[in-house]
Amino acid sequence: MRRPSVVEAISGAVVVLLVVAAFAPTLLAPGNPLAIDPLASFQPPSWAHPLGTDESGRDLYTRIVHGAAPSLLIGVLATVLGVGLGVVLGVAGGLGPRWLDVTSTRLVEVLFAFPGLLLALLFIAIAGPGPVTSTVAVGLATAPGYARLVRSQALSVRRSGYVEAAVVLGRGWWSRLGRHILPNVGTTLFVLATLGVGQSIVWASSLSYLGLGVSPPAAEWGAMLNSGRTYIASFWWMTFFPGLAIVLSAASTTLLGRSLQSRARAQ
Amino acid sequence: MTFVAASPTTTRPRASATQWVAARLGGLVVVLWAAATLTFFALRLIPGDPAEALLGGPGSQASEEALDTARREFGLDQPLLIQYLSQLGRYITLDFGTSYSLKQPVTSVIGEQIGGTLVLAALALALAWALALGVAVWSAQSGRVAAALGSALEVVAVALPHFWLASSLVLLFSTTLGWLPPLSGRSPAGLILPVVTLAIPLAGFLGQVMRESLLNAMSSPFVLSARTRGETSAGVIWRHALRHAALPAIGLSGWAFGNLVSGAVVVETIFARPGLGRTLLTAVQARDVPLVTGIVLVVALAYSVVTTLTDVLDRAADPRLRTEVQA
Repeated sequence: MRRPSVVEAISGAVVVLLVVAAFAPTLLAPGNPLAIDPLASFQPPSWAHPLGTDESGRDLYTRIVHGAAPSLLIGVLATVLGVGLGVVLGVAGGLGPRWLDVTSTRLVEVLFAFPGLLLALLFIAIAGPGPVTSTVAVGLATAPGYARLVRSQALSVRRSGYVEAAVVLGRGWWSRLGRHILPNVGTTLFVLATLGVGQSIVWASSLSYLGLGVSPPAAEWGAMLNSGRTYIASFWWMTFFPGLAIVLSAASTTLLGRSLQSRARAQ
Repeated sequence: MTFVAASPTTTRPRASATQWVAARLGGLVVVLWAAATLTFFALRLIPGDPAEALLGGPGSQASEEALDTARREFGLDQPLLIQYLSQLGRYITLDFGTSYSLKQPVTSVIGEQIGGTLVLAALALALAWALALGVAVWSAQSGRVAAALGSALEVVAVALPHFWLASSLVLLFSTTLGWLPPLSGRSPAGLILPVVTLAIPLAGFLGQVMRESLLNAMSSPFVLSARTRGETSAGVIWRHALRHAALPAIGLSGWAFGNLVSGAVVVETIFARPGLGRTLLTAVQARDVPLVTGIVLVVALAYSVVTTLTDVLDRAADPRLRTEVQA
């Protein structure tokens, strides 16, 4: 094992901090994220409120820490959904019969014709806004990318020596899939998913920011930015810090994904 | 980026350029047809009355008369197959029906709004290219620390959500320094912040790709031979390596264009700039399904045409792509 670099150490530390904030927010911020204090509204950062307070006097630091769980959960769930769909489509294409490959490749191509968030927006327009639809929408929007990668990976694994050996040994289709192909595709996929979580977090919080996902006063970062939007000119801390939390988590998961990728390549 | 589905083990005979372009155009038509089909059935597959969904979902409490009008206008009283075929027929003539929230034909709404978004996206793409090239060349020339710094800058740039970047830029350049207007309107100065907001994350993405291929090109034999001929390192980069570095980025520009249009949803909303993105967002919020479908399909059409074009350009620029031997 290579010694972790400075970048890896920092991004790893940020991810650990995020995980702690997501699972045990009270360890970092004992207060209540929804507790209002009208007398202390719009306080700039100070010793009592390190990141300031919002329009109802809620402590922003507490809200950001408690907001880690919903914000990250949506990003992670959307990635899991995207990867899951991608695996189904990609494995069908890479391992199935020719007609299935043609069908799934075409389907992926069709999904690819909707760039970025457009597929997500179309889905929300039809199914209605809300946290669940926005998560599904982001998952859908990311699925085609994963599907394409899984397909090419599955194709190259299928032609490898050990899979041929399994065929010669008379192993069935499912056993080849479960014992050889999925584990080999899985490593790459895990790395890609780590790289993709950042993107999903950014997209999901964008949807909340646009008022299509989680709505205020829930302590979700995108929703916090949405409610701070009105006060941007006078109370900058209401939008600056929740946004910083999004950038930090997206950047640190991406950096971690990259170092996983280069380590996997080196092996 | 798209490829014809074929078992990659077989080495197919080289297709002629016309055949290849014809195949790509055929694929394009299939994709657009499938996209229209997908949106048609998505609306029918969700539980509930499609007429209600067209009028803004169950919460809209549309009157029975309005529902009847919608049923008649969209032919919802007809058999599904007839509905589907007549809708496809209308889509071919670029008729997407009438927007419920704006009470205007969808096609004319799109016609009014598309110009602003295209200008925004084109300027942002140009700026992103310039930024990415600058950082890639600088970090390739200036050693390991610069490379690490460049790579870190790119990761952070990619992770920047448009909405936060926009607010931070407004905070710095409008509220604090007072140099630029916080709202875009139609003035040229108002275009600067939206363009920068869209360009920075994209520059990070393009920069990652360019730097990697630039570094690969710098360690290739033709660069060594250029150096032995006595060319300066700047000359090597600008005359030889950069062309190779730009190739993958050209291929990605179609993708980037689509991403910019989707990013315009956020950026146009924040800067209150008229355009397709902002119209799309208000349509989604009002659950104005005809307008959303119309905009999304038009963008998908434009996007597919642009990616097909970049594929053609890629093939023209890189002769290696013309031999169809896939590993």
